[in-house]
Amino acid sequence: MSAHIAPRSLYFTIFGALMVLTGVTVGITYVDLGAIGLPAAMLVAVIKATLVVLFFMHVRWSGRLVQVTVMTSLVFLGILFFHILSDYLTRGWLGVAGR
Amino acid sequence: MDTATAPPRVDYLENGHTWQSWLLTRDHKRIALLYLLGVTFFFAVGGLFALMVRLELLTPLGDLFEAETYNKLFTMHGVAMVFFFLIPAVPAVLGNFLVPIMIGAKDLAFPRVNLLSWYIYMVGGLFTMGAVILGGVDTGWTFYTPYSTAASNTHVIMTGLGVFISGFSSILTGFNFIVTIHKMRAPGMTWFRLPLFIWAHYATALIMILGTPVVAIAIVLVALERTLHIGIFDPTLGGDPVLYQHLFWFYSHPAVYVMVLPAMGVISELIAAGARKEIFGYKFVAFSSLGIALIGFFVWGHHMYVSSQSIFAGLIFSVLTYLVAVPSAVKVFNWTATLYKGSISYDAPMIYAFGFLGLFLIGGLTGLFLGAMGLDVHVHDTYFVVAHFHYVMVGGTIMAYLGGLHYWWPKISGRLYPEGWARFAALVIFVGFNLTFFPQFLLGYMGMPRRYHMYPEEWQVLNVLSTAGASILGTGYLIPMIYFTWSWRKGPKATANPWGATGLEWTIPSPPPTENFIETPIVTAPAYDYAHQEEHVA
Amino acid sequence: MPNGHADTAHHPALQHHFDNLEQQQDAATFGMWVFLVTEVLFFGGMFMAYTLYRYWYPDGWVAASHHLNVLLGAFNTAVLIGSSLTMALAVRAGQLGERRGQVLFLVLTIVLGTVFLGVKVVEYADKFEHNLVPGPNFLFDDARYARAAQIFFSVYFAMTGMHALHMIIGLGLLTWLLVNALRGRFTREWNTPVEVVGLYWHFVDIIWIFLFPLLYLVGHH
Repeated sequence: MSAHIAPRSLYFTIFGALMVLTGVTVGITYVDLGAIGLPAAMLVAVIKATLVVLFFMHVRWSGRLVQVTVMTSLVFLGILFFHILSDYLTRGWLGVAGR
Repeated sequence: MDTATAPPRVDYLENGHTWQSWLLTRDHKRIALLYLLGVTFFFAVGGLFALMVRLELLTPLGDLFEAETYNKLFTMHGVAMVFFFLIPAVPAVLGNFLVPIMIGAKDLAFPRVNLLSWYIYMVGGLFTMGAVILGGVDTGWTFYTPYSTAASNTHVIMTGLGVFISGFSSILTGFNFIVTIHKMRAPGMTWFRLPLFIWAHYATALIMILGTPVVAIAIVLVALERTLHIGIFDPTLGGDPVLYQHLFWFYSHPAVYVMVLPAMGVISELIAAGARKEIFGYKFVAFSSLGIALIGFFVWGHHMYVSSQSIFAGLIFSVLTYLVAVPSAVKVFNWTATLYKGSISYDAPMIYAFGFLGLFLIGGLTGLFLGAMGLDVHVHDTYFVVAHFHYVMVGGTIMAYLGGLHYWWPKISGRLYPEGWARFAALVIFVGFNLTFFPQFLLGYMGMPRRYHMYPEEWQVLNVLSTAGASILGTGYLIPMIYFTWSWRKGPKATANPWGATGLEWTIPSPPPTENFIETPIVTAPAYDYAHQEEHVA
Repeated sequence: MPNGHADTAHHPALQHHFDNLEQQQDAATFGMWVFLVTEVLFFGGMFMAYTLYRYWYPDGWVAASHHLNVLLGAFNTAVLIGSSLTMALAVRAGQLGERRGQVLFLVLTIVLGTVFLGVKVVEYADKFEHNLVPGPNFLFDDARYARAAQIFFSVYFAMTGMHALHMIIGLGLLTWLLVNALRGRFTREWNTPVEVVGLYWHFVDIIWIFLFPLLYLVGHH
């Protein structure tokens, strides 16, 4: 984080990409994508977030410790989501009423 | 190091005697003592509530308190003990004092944040005490919805706010420990030369960082629902009260490892010193701390078997609960193996360590009983659960905390405590503890529900035994409070290493100078290097 | 034994429990990342609530989301991303020792952040007017989805409100940075407070990057 200084053009390029992707995010809601709509929007959001993390937050040039820290937060966010959903998505699987 | 002409270092206790030098200190050692005062106060508060609960339960009828009052008593007992004693005690008192010293640093990475964390803790505590004075809260320490959001007319928000605020204290402590352990180890202090106390506190810090925010948001949502009717858990709006339980236990299960992991770190130190031997299987014990922290995040649904959680998910949580017991077992086996052919002392710290081994074993094994969903549906919300968690929290954590307090007392205070009284108190505590809580396993198995102030007459004998035990236990806790206070001023002065133990903390004076080390130590030996100890003694 | 960097050994910003300025910077930056982990989990709990209720009430979610103004939301998204650009440029200016550039970019970041909050005030006022604030005055035009809509708006206010609170705190931090930048406190050797606040600001931007499609763009138009 301390040493690497990126050129100004890089930041503007990333900003441009983020603007385009924001346009895509809005644009795709005018197309009926059905069930793919949400995953598509989330994919775009993840790409945007990745660009911010890698370039604006300098993770691209940060040491392994920072990169592991970022991954850890995502892993545990995933545990929060998927493990809670493991309850809601499996209700009724064993044929017991209401459970 | 030329000590002949160097000026005598002022120890951290002598370095300033004004109020400001204590209340505005940045010294991790003084902050640890501030925390000691805080946690002792809340332990006394929680203990008073426990006393009132046990008094009520002397007789089968609810004749001492109204049911609503009784609900407030056990709630405040739980809130005070869990959030204001058990979570901070070992990490914020012993951890704050020892983490920098054990790694060879002059202080934690962020000393001002450390002081802030104490103030935040005290403010959170004041909010909670405020709620008590204004009439208390009756939801149970778990604040389950929809009772806490829609039905309870007690001071839910104020208590919740107190807990929320104290959560920040926990987060800041964890954050400080993680950065410190990564960035401020002395030269030569590689990860695998660290004392196991440090590994345990590192794993604990990870849990504090990853888990606490989730209970924080759960409490915020409860507060929003109570005040602004932002109804996320409200079933009348189609919300799910069980979602609250998921968010609450996502933190609160790993929280029990916040309570026990630092205690396990203490036990590693006590056993190595008390057996004068390196800990058997150092790497296994180190990694088991991380393993407990990690797997501990996967098991929370075992608190929710009888909610509307899906049975399929319950099965997954059950299997994972059995898995989380493995790293704990690894520790217990390795500590036991350390004792084998060790040169065992029977000083107070070691008595507490032995007590921990036996009581944590019982508590941990009964956790497995509860982890089995088929059995849990029968003993859920009975005294079996109450006994289980008191065995691990009190028989485990508090024994280790007291053992650690005794072991490091010479370092912290520069004085020795009276060994005879200490051993006596340890035994009183051990006896009192078992008398209090073993009958509760029996009561729970027979079906006595928790959180009730009345019970059928045939259970009175066991309840009386339990209350008798509680009074013995309470007395046992008072004894160290008295002699530690005496020792602070009048105890015989301690040398740098009264136990002859390994570890950087024993290479500096008792009490240490403010900056801990005059020169940054260079570490070349593994931890617990008792085999080569003569070569390292200065 | 590490000697420290002789030129920074007595730097006014060096805190004496650190060996040298680089160790201090390293610790501060890593520390902010650790703090951001807590923020991920904090917001994560609310995203989880969102996920559950969208799963349970897909049609109600669409109906409720259509009451949000996509144009304002998109505009705010652009504004916030713009403020991330200016923040990154403020950090860069500090790394290069360009004091005036840093001050300029900090001011721009504050302005853009304030614009964002101004738009949110407008949006919230609109919700009050149209009885879309959960509570006794809540009134939804489509009776089929009234309950789901009230939960949607509970989630909406909780999430955007918490986000706005973080932005207000961020603006406070930025103002503090601006005051110090004007006083020349930040140099090539010691730019860390700006970097650290920058990380926080980008994080707040990332939260919005997810909030925007999840709240404003449910279903199709």
